Amino acid sequence: MKTNYKKIAADGVIKSNPTLKLVLGTCPTLALTTMAMNGIGMGAAVTFVLICSNVLVSLLRKVIPSQVRIPAFVLIIATFVTMTRLILDKLLPDLYESLGLYLPLIVVNCIILARAESFASKNGVLASAADGLFMGIGFTLALTVMGAFREILGSGAVFGVKLWDFQIAFFSSSAGAFFTYGIFIALFAFCESLISKKRKIKAYAELCAEKQKSDAQNIDSVAVVSESSSKEDK
Amino acid sequence: MAQFLMIIVSAVFINNFVVVQFLGICPFLGVSKDTKSALGMGIAVTFVMTITCLITYPIYTYILVPLGIEFMEIIVFIFVIASIVQMIEMTLKRFTPSLYNAMGIYLPLITTNCAVLGVAELVIDAGQMASLIGIEASAMNMGFAVLYGLFAGVGFTVAIVIMSGMREKIARLPINKHLKGFPIAMIAACFIAMAFYVFTLI
Repeated sequence: MKTNYKKIAADGVIKSNPTLKLVLGTCPTLALTTMAMNGIGMGAAVTFVLICSNVLVSLLRKVIPSQVRIPAFVLIIATFVTMTRLILDKLLPDLYESLGLYLPLIVVNCIILARAESFASKNGVLASAADGLFMGIGFTLALTVMGAFREILGSGAVFGVKLWDFQIAFFSSSAGAFFTYGIFIALFAFCESLISKKRKIKAYAELCAEKQKSDAQNIDSVAVVSESSSKEDK
Repeated sequence: MAQFLMIIVSAVFINNFVVVQFLGICPFLGVSKDTKSALGMGIAVTFVMTITCLITYPIYTYILVPLGIEFMEIIVFIFVIASIVQMIEMTLKRFTPSLYNAMGIYLPLITTNCAVLGVAELVIDAGQMASLIGIEASAMNMGFAVLYGLFAGVGFTVAIVIMSGMREKIARLPINKHLKGFPIAMIAACFIAMAFYVFTLI
């Protein structure tokens, strides 16, 4: 069976975006979108764990008995999270500090377990790696965009670069986190329905055009038939 | 006594697990459609959080730290939590079937609830706990850890019950189809968070 990488990419980033469509992994999304940089850091950490755990789960999918698969997946994920934590602590201590409690909590992030369960345990290694990568990218993009939105409104800066002095404290508070997330999910659903409506109209228009064409052909053929029959009559 | 009160106020209101620290958002949004199941979930989570603190705190302080393998904490904690949940489920099923029927369906969900792993990670961090409940970092002990676990769970219950009350009302309102479901729940949570924000000003 040939793997459709284009479909995996579209699914991960847009069609079933883990943050905005499936609403998974909400805790880090709400807590870390105060700054755009946090979004990239958390996104990178989650993407790394997602790719590694998807690959390992996919490799071991025929070995792990289905009764103990969930504890096995959790063990795999916990191992990679511990690795990520040690690496970040050594290489990027600032990011490690700002992610804080939410870094060990990647273990119980539903996105990773959900992908292991619903994709990696049923598909090949390369496809699982691609799924992990694109799901991770979808998560990172959503977090970064929301982070930038809250950072611009809440502290008048983006990626730590000061833009202006105007700031609304609401957006950097916890209430602002819920508000921003809610608005973004609604906007995403709205855009999606607009696009699907446009596609439907286009498809309908094509269908109509085709029907007209075939109707016209039918009329022509009917005319030809009637002509020929009238000839025969003569 | 003053410290005891401080822990209650801090864990339930000022640093509420759900709306201030954003832990346990999945059940907060998933199991808050009606008040009865929200209360059941809240009690189950409180129970598991208390027992988790009771077990993970001594494991970390008396086993992992002396052996110098603190980095194993995530793997150890997640296994302890999974086994606690499994054991509670079996005990309830065997001895109190009525409680099991009320709480049973929520128990498996609790294993992957970040509030439980979050509280286990939080109580072992003495510096952070010191700033959260206003004690000296060196005075941190098991009693504080278990109390914090218990009242963090109570805070979770308070938030999820308020949320379920709001959602029961919202369900009867005419709402734009794009806002239905998660977005409107998030906006309702935004108002709860604003209400809790007042406590931080104390």
